[in-house]
Amino acid sequence: MSERSTSRDGRREVLVDAVSIGIAVGAYGLSFGALASLAGLTVGQTVGLSALTFTGASQFAFVGIVGAGGSYLAAILAAWFLGVRNALYGLSLAPLLNLPRRRRFVAAQFVLDESTAMTISRPTAPTVRLAFWATGISVFVCWNLATVLGAVGARAIGDPRDFGLDAAVGAAFLALLWPRLQDRLTRITAGLGAVVALALTPVLPPGVPVLAAAAVAIALAWREPRWGQVTPTTTVEP
Amino acid sequence: MWPAVLLTSAGTYLLKLAGLSVPHDALDRPRVRRIATLVPIALLAALAAVQVFVTGRHVVVDARAAGLVFAAIALTLRAPFLVVVVGAAAVAAGLRALT
Repeated sequence: MSERSTSRDGRREVLVDAVSIGIAVGAYGLSFGALASLAGLTVGQTVGLSALTFTGASQFAFVGIVGAGGSYLAAILAAWFLGVRNALYGLSLAPLLNLPRRRRFVAAQFVLDESTAMTISRPTAPTVRLAFWATGISVFVCWNLATVLGAVGARAIGDPRDFGLDAAVGAAFLALLWPRLQDRLTRITAGLGAVVALALTPVLPPGVPVLAAAAVAIALAWREPRWGQVTPTTTVEP
Repeated sequence: MWPAVLLTSAGTYLLKLAGLSVPHDALDRPRVRRIATLVPIALLAALAAVQVFVTGRHVVVDARAAGLVFAAIALTLRAPFLVVVVGAAAVAAGLRALT
């Protein structure tokens, strides 16, 4: 934050940042809405995921696996695994927000990559709570509006394969993955995850090879890494 | 479908709530942090690979692979998310139209 930020400017800065992040997240929301339609979800189910699950990577995983013909169980498990990082975000946020017990139940839904990044980047500011709530609510509104637009829009265009939308799914996952590849260990993990999933595809039901990749990651994470440090990252993605 | 949507949501909500509620020491361990960092990476890589290279239960290389190559180049150039995704779709669709 800049030096001129008096308490009033500080609040303004936080609100401007929150709105900007919300708008940026809208791009993901549009893609998610469109890809969920492609996977066969109704507009209601698609928005249900955006409003209730409200954590992007988990939602993309769910529709990706369902769309590929995987079982609901595999889709749910993958979404849960991807949501584990939010528990760690909550851990970092709890002492900063110091929430009364009841408000925690509401705040929990807004624990995201974005709200965490915005909040922990200003740990001593008086605006720390404002940063959390403003970012969380801004992202929630933009994410859900964009989801509706994407879902309705995708229905209007006909066969999604003619527009390469099936290729867009892979690109979306790669874009979510990219900022997390920060050192050798993370790159090895990504490479192994992809190879294991493809190798198991002919012999396991759809969706299960993806879960096997998660098991590989747990095995790799079990012991102190020999190469590089693992640093938890927060990225701009809900 | 709806029960799956609701179950997914219940699980992800409880994970968020757990982070805010459980005693700090219970989760703040190096191993837990490593797992929480690496599992999403392996899952996202696996999901990307399967979406691009799998049809039914077969591993295939088709127009989607060209879309993925475009996405990787765009990400290297720090292109915005929408450019990456829409560009990958356009590359795949263009290639299909040509072949």
